[in-house]
Amino acid sequence: MTMRPITFFRAGSIDDAVAAVSANPDSAFLAGGTTEIDLLRLGVIQPTLLVDVNELPLTYLEDTESGGVRIGAMARMSDVARAPRIVERYPGMSQALLLGASEQLRNMASMGGNMCQRTRCAYFRDGRSPCNKREPGSGCSALNGVNRGHAILGTSDQCIATHPSDVAVALVALDATVRTMGPDGIRTIPIEQFFLRPEDTPSVEHPLEHGELIVAIDVPDLPVARASRYVKHRDRASYEFALVSVFSAMRVDDKGNVAELRLALGGVGTVPWRAHRAEEALIGRPATPENFAAAADAELADADTRPMNAFKVTFAKRAIVRELSQVVTS
Amino acid sequence: MSPVLGKPVNRVDGPDKVTGTGRYCGEIVLPGLAYGLIVGADVAKGRVVSIDESAARAAGGVYGILTHRNTPKVANAPHLIPSLAGQPAPGESFFPMQDDVVHYWGQPVALVVADSLESAAHAAALLDITYEESPAVATIEDGRKSAYEAETLFGGLMPARDERGDVTAALAAAEVTVDASYRYAANHHNPLETSVTTAQWDGDRLTLWDSTMGVRASQLTVASLLGIPLSDVRVITHFVGGGFGSKAMVWPHVTLAAMAARHVGRPVRLTLTRPQSFTSNGHREEQEQRITLGAGRDGRLTAIRHQKLSITSSFDDWAEPATGVSTQIYGCDNYLGSHSLIKGNTMTPTFTRAPGESLGSFSLETAMDRLAYELGMDPVELRIMNHPPVDNHGNPWSSDGMADCLRRGAELIGWADRDPTPGVRQEGDNLIGTGVAGAGYPVAFMMPVQHARARIFNDGSVVIQTSAQEFGIGVTTSMSQVGADGLGVDMDVLRFEAGDTDLPNTTSAVGSMGATMQSSAVHNAARTLRNELIAHAVADDKSPLHGLSPSSVRVADGRMTSTLDPSISESYADMLQRNRLLDLEALGSWTPPPFTTPHGLLTFGAQFAEVAVDKDLGLVRVRRMAGVFAPGRVLNPKLARSQLLGGMLWGLGQALLEGNQIDRQSGRWALNNLGEYLVPVHADIPDIQVEFVEVEDDVVGPLGVKGVGEVGQVGAAAAIANAVFHATGRRMSELPMTAEVVMNGGGAG
Repeated sequence: MTMRPITFFRAGSIDDAVAAVSANPDSAFLAGGTTEIDLLRLGVIQPTLLVDVNELPLTYLEDTESGGVRIGAMARMSDVARAPRIVERYPGMSQALLLGASEQLRNMASMGGNMCQRTRCAYFRDGRSPCNKREPGSGCSALNGVNRGHAILGTSDQCIATHPSDVAVALVALDATVRTMGPDGIRTIPIEQFFLRPEDTPSVEHPLEHGELIVAIDVPDLPVARASRYVKHRDRASYEFALVSVFSAMRVDDKGNVAELRLALGGVGTVPWRAHRAEEALIGRPATPENFAAAADAELADADTRPMNAFKVTFAKRAIVRELSQVVTS
Repeated sequence: MSPVLGKPVNRVDGPDKVTGTGRYCGEIVLPGLAYGLIVGADVAKGRVVSIDESAARAAGGVYGILTHRNTPKVANAPHLIPSLAGQPAPGESFFPMQDDVVHYWGQPVALVVADSLESAAHAAALLDITYEESPAVATIEDGRKSAYEAETLFGGLMPARDERGDVTAALAAAEVTVDASYRYAANHHNPLETSVTTAQWDGDRLTLWDSTMGVRASQLTVASLLGIPLSDVRVITHFVGGGFGSKAMVWPHVTLAAMAARHVGRPVRLTLTRPQSFTSNGHREEQEQRITLGAGRDGRLTAIRHQKLSITSSFDDWAEPATGVSTQIYGCDNYLGSHSLIKGNTMTPTFTRAPGESLGSFSLETAMDRLAYELGMDPVELRIMNHPPVDNHGNPWSSDGMADCLRRGAELIGWADRDPTPGVRQEGDNLIGTGVAGAGYPVAFMMPVQHARARIFNDGSVVIQTSAQEFGIGVTTSMSQVGADGLGVDMDVLRFEAGDTDLPNTTSAVGSMGATMQSSAVHNAARTLRNELIAHAVADDKSPLHGLSPSSVRVADGRMTSTLDPSISESYADMLQRNRLLDLEALGSWTPPPFTTPHGLLTFGAQFAEVAVDKDLGLVRVRRMAGVFAPGRVLNPKLARSQLLGGMLWGLGQALLEGNQIDRQSGRWALNNLGEYLVPVHADIPDIQVEFVEVEDDVVGPLGVKGVGEVGQVGAAAAIANAVFHATGRRMSELPMTAEVVMNGGGAG
């Protein structure tokens, strides 16, 4: 029996894992494998060495000294989604997890792996079409192709691939931090800096060195997040990526003004999309449908659309207004 | 009243399926088995310039590579004819790897055979194939200017134009007209089991385990293409993981598997990958339709013009026939149905569940809903009023039931309380609406004579045989019931054998004809054997039944009893043993009525749906469906219900989710997996009611069985679209009705 040869190494420690991948430029970490194995089979990625990190002691979920939660990179999505401290303190994050993929996939998929999840762009995944993300400089087939599901925010003329994650949308809204271990030791990366927009280098998705391993995700203490929500709009009722999803956490003061707001969008961005413009437009302003609409307009003002995905602008605006209005009335 | 026929008997093959002991065609293990993998063309039009096999051959484990340079030439040119006709049934008038020309993306250009599927995949990836690419026409938009009106469809078997009266004049004179245009995305079948063929040669004799909806069609096709006697080709299929039309025709991979097995001198299993199942066994073609209705103020239809435009392959005039229902389900003196085609760089499209009439009926039934609103009439009553007692030729229906289906469905959905005003019911962010559609599907008598065999052993056990194949519809169960009923034995002593061309002929179970054909042949075989057994008994002076008239003998549970004196009886087994007969068998046959039989032939039904439409986001969720159908005699209501329910869910998927399109840059199907090509999941499935209206039919076979495979799908999407209108006031003119279509007012049309 012959096939493309791949060496498989199950790392027994974080140091071993980092050393093994660092030493081989054609290597890759393997966590839950729910995306990576697909991409291996499709020939999209072709590592010669797979370093399995599933045995590493990174499945913990613990409180941090500053009152937040540290999530081990190998914690499974389904476990995190149902952990009481997540459900109580960050319900929107729990909801985002439970609305992602299917239960079977969530039982396998890890939190660290989810941060590295690759786009569902069909041209990226087919392994053969021109794709700047897969093969830099080859072009982008999605620009004039079938792009109904593609991004309208954070795009470039090199790539319009949508970031597929749900939970990452929650994490950018929560200002989480990604902790990594590399050859040079531990470092922390604010999550919005962890997801790189395509710009001129769509193949570079994260500021990670080769061999640098995500070990944990830190979610800070954030009282407003106790009332957070995640709503996912999609063509079918389950088991599909978002057309548009909205994470929100809002506090309205007794004068009816928006005192605090965390807002992020999925399904529309090349990265999990923190709605900074909408947040800025609303903080300190009355929590009214008119102001919500104006904030949504501001957020989508620079949307870059194509005929097939132009509907997402209106869709996203309406989804934002509805979500914030419901937060006010609930 | 039969003790078995019409009973909701559980599937007799259920345990084999759920325990995994049932062998599918990709699970046949043979000594020395090799694994084949097709390599499809990476351009939609052009020429293979070079194929460098060196790296692939060096990869190891490779037994052979077939390309156009070494693939045997087919003995007879393939011609497109539906498998129901009982002739060779290649899915297209084309066989690949005969020359270097590429007609469509994914067309087989090489076949790698290796010691494992993984080896074959690795070697296939290492084949270096270069192409000369030419501009392709792969969509309607690409080829609109070259459209022409087809004269015939299906290789000349059907006229493409259906005309009576003067539709132009009638439309001009009509008091009310409705004119609607539609755009329909292509659909792919996606049975869970992708097509697979395992081929084994023994000298000149070939055995194929083929996941087919017709073993006989596979045998006829492969024998014709290879130029070998039918008697040298045996096709076996015991379990098929769904077909929905994708396995109704015999696509090139079946014959390629046989060619590959001969080439490498080993048995070969050739499985289509999931992406290849989007490029290798046809599809429901991208199409546009326009329908124009003319009617009087009283609601009587006076004119229907129904036109279809679709794209086909460069070598076949294929179109799903879209006008077989619209020409007759409602009475109308002036009718024009026509099919226009664009020849392009796709493979030949094919049958896909409720072929033709599902989208044809979507056009008709949404237009009828528009007409009802134009007239201010109730949509149910408008349909009942226009449904005629005769077909478009003036022939009475073999059986009808449509009005009863509509009335019963209306009860189930609560139609009487319905306020027809569109766009006025709101619950939260959702607008609520209900809709109705009529359903019909033609009964097509194009098959040859059907055969079955019944055999009883002298212990009373029975084997019933016919070559039918089990692809999930429950034929093993329902034919066991038919055999037991016909012979007068208990189901427990009877085994039904099928799925083998060595057994008596029945034709491919397609076009909703499987149950009709098979039950007729099986019934006749069982009845013939029963009559022979009774004849033996009454002529046997040692039998207590001796001297009775055969007509005064009834049989139940394997025992013949005098109808005059119930104390006079004898079992089949006793009679056979006493006469030293080890067994007795009979062949039964059924000759279908001629294609031109003077009867209207449709299976009728009615569909109702209730939807919730997100008022801002356009997302449609179906909350309730009710389908009522009149398929003649129902052999097994549990199986029939499953079939119809499955059809209705197909309709839901077609309405809201299913759609594929070709990427115009590459000529390739944009969606090629079940992650992106969306079909409904459990969470999409609402409360669904399925009921039957009983109708007797003495035309369609001795048991009066009409099919249930297609009609459950017909009208389902239209009922949903009409419900969306009732909810929102927006008319849907595109399928699928995605969020943006609904948000933007219903589509471009």
